[in-house]
Amino acid sequence: MYTFSSKLKTLSFILMAIGILGMGYGFYSAPKDIHEVETLLAAESHGAHGEKAAHGEAHSSDGEHVQTAGHDATEADAAAKHEEHLTHVLHELQNKPWAALYVACIFFMLLSMGVLAFYAIQQVAQAGWSPVLFRVMQGITAYLPWGSVIFFVILILCGLHFNHLFIWLDPEVVAHDPLIANKAGYLNFPFWIVRAAIFLIGWNAYRFYSAKNCLAQDDANDDLFYKKNFNISAMFLVFFIVTESIMSWDWIMSIDPHWYSTLFGWYVFASFFVSGITMIAMVTVYLKSRGYLEYVNTSHVHDLAKFMFGISIFWTYLWFSQFMLIWYANIPEEITYFITRIQLYNLPFFGAVVMNFVFPLLILVNTDFKRITWVIVMAGVVILAGHYIDFFNMIMPGTVGDKWFIGIPEIASVLFFLGLFVFVVFTALTKAPLLPKRNPYIEESKHFHY
Amino acid sequence: MNNKVIYAIYNDDDILMDAVKKTRAAHHHIEEVFTPFPVHGLDKAMGLAPSRLAICAFIYGCIGISFATWMMNFVMIQDWPQDIGGKPSFSYIQNMPAFVPIMFEMTVFFAAHLMVLTFYMRSRIWPFKEAENPDVRTTDDHFLMEISINNNEEELVSFFQNTGAVEVKVIEKN
Repeated sequence: MYTFSSKLKTLSFILMAIGILGMGYGFYSAPKDIHEVETLLAAESHGAHGEKAAHGEAHSSDGEHVQTAGHDATEADAAAKHEEHLTHVLHELQNKPWAALYVACIFFMLLSMGVLAFYAIQQVAQAGWSPVLFRVMQGITAYLPWGSVIFFVILILCGLHFNHLFIWLDPEVVAHDPLIANKAGYLNFPFWIVRAAIFLIGWNAYRFYSAKNCLAQDDANDDLFYKKNFNISAMFLVFFIVTESIMSWDWIMSIDPHWYSTLFGWYVFASFFVSGITMIAMVTVYLKSRGYLEYVNTSHVHDLAKFMFGISIFWTYLWFSQFMLIWYANIPEEITYFITRIQLYNLPFFGAVVMNFVFPLLILVNTDFKRITWVIVMAGVVILAGHYIDFFNMIMPGTVGDKWFIGIPEIASVLFFLGLFVFVVFTALTKAPLLPKRNPYIEESKHFHY
Repeated sequence: MNNKVIYAIYNDDDILMDAVKKTRAAHHHIEEVFTPFPVHGLDKAMGLAPSRLAICAFIYGCIGISFATWMMNFVMIQDWPQDIGGKPSFSYIQNMPAFVPIMFEMTVFFAAHLMVLTFYMRSRIWPFKEAENPDVRTTDDHFLMEISINNNEEELVSFFQNTGAVEVKVIEKN
């Protein structure tokens, strides 16, 4: 049995406390109305930032109006435009702490989903190497119910207009936007929230019953529970791939409701799948270093590292396929998605490719490196950070636009969910023995070597 | 100097592995082992150095991607930078997404083919090469270990007869 080290527990509480304080600061410091935004923008343009150019442009276009229309009309027009601009900026700035929270929340929740998908695949594939890691995977997926509840609450808050993360949830926007109005049959709050509930309940139900059966198998005299797990894992994988695709449209793609991409679901999947596998490797390496996983050897770690390497490249393949197809055809309604990201998010956009592809490619290509603990940890940290940035790139441009920054609200949200993740996962690991007893493949797994 | 070797023939890979381990423990020099199929762990038991073919392949891949980059930069950007369907041919990086499929395939092509050629050269395999199997049965169902003799023929023959060999032959080699 695993005992949660008090140091790690304290660390997780500290992370959560810092996270809550930072998130509170983020919400507190977000502007409340357009007057605050006005003073903020004024202060910024005095500081000679990029805002100046935007203002200059607005004024020059206003200037053209002066010549054509009457003086009074222009004044009113300019004032209206200015107010519109301020409202736009206000929404972006108000979205900042929400988007920071949303990105961190969905990242950690989907990370545990990635682990769950990997676990189900291992069950169905009857993998001979991984049963010694099943309890580690179940420990990590114990975060899923917590993450799901928090995430679902955030979705409801979005629906109750606490924020402007999803502009199609705003009836004002839908009324003036025929493109979104046309999608209202799919993108409407009741349908959207019911879908979310079904997906989350389905995933959590699989996690619950699979872990329960796995424990029951320990005390059984036959393989009935193992077979049950095989069956529900196979059914879950079918359910998962359908819901995963829809989930990616609902929770990520609909942030940019004018844009769509057909391989988006796979792309999101690859991103959190590789994060999940990386997290399995990191937790395994940690537990092994504390002496808890007797039968885990470097071959198991090697296999996980191969998955990290392979799925990192799979992610890159999808990233590039999506980018290159849209870049090549350059159709205006699709390309805006990438123009925003390349112009406003240049470093995170291409930095994510370096962190998620170039770095793992060069580090994890070596067989010997895949067995070295510190290499795994280093590559794992970079991959996890890279995929956080990946989710950041998917969500931020549609919510905060050019007002993005990885500052206190963003870092604090990550720290909070990291703390919660560590606390929940390692608490769950203390609840069950770390080695399944009567799994039909456990002996093979104990003696696995590559 | 007459050069004698022993051919110890086995009909089971487990017995062969045991024999190889015993031979190594007794410090007899194994010249070669012939098997009809890959025996897992034989190279480790024999103490063979690991292959460096993967390192070669990595280097060949780097050459491939360099070649592809150079070629397309020269052709598409330097030599004749035409406007083809509005693709930006002002610099390599601007048009790079269009080149990536070729860069990728060239990397794989160079890595794969040059690695195979390296393998052929290092293992000395080519068409019309004269086969070197000492006993035709080694390609079907027998395993053969070849050990050099240094004036200890009697001792070696009895040693290998004790390792479960179905046949121990002393052969004079030139």
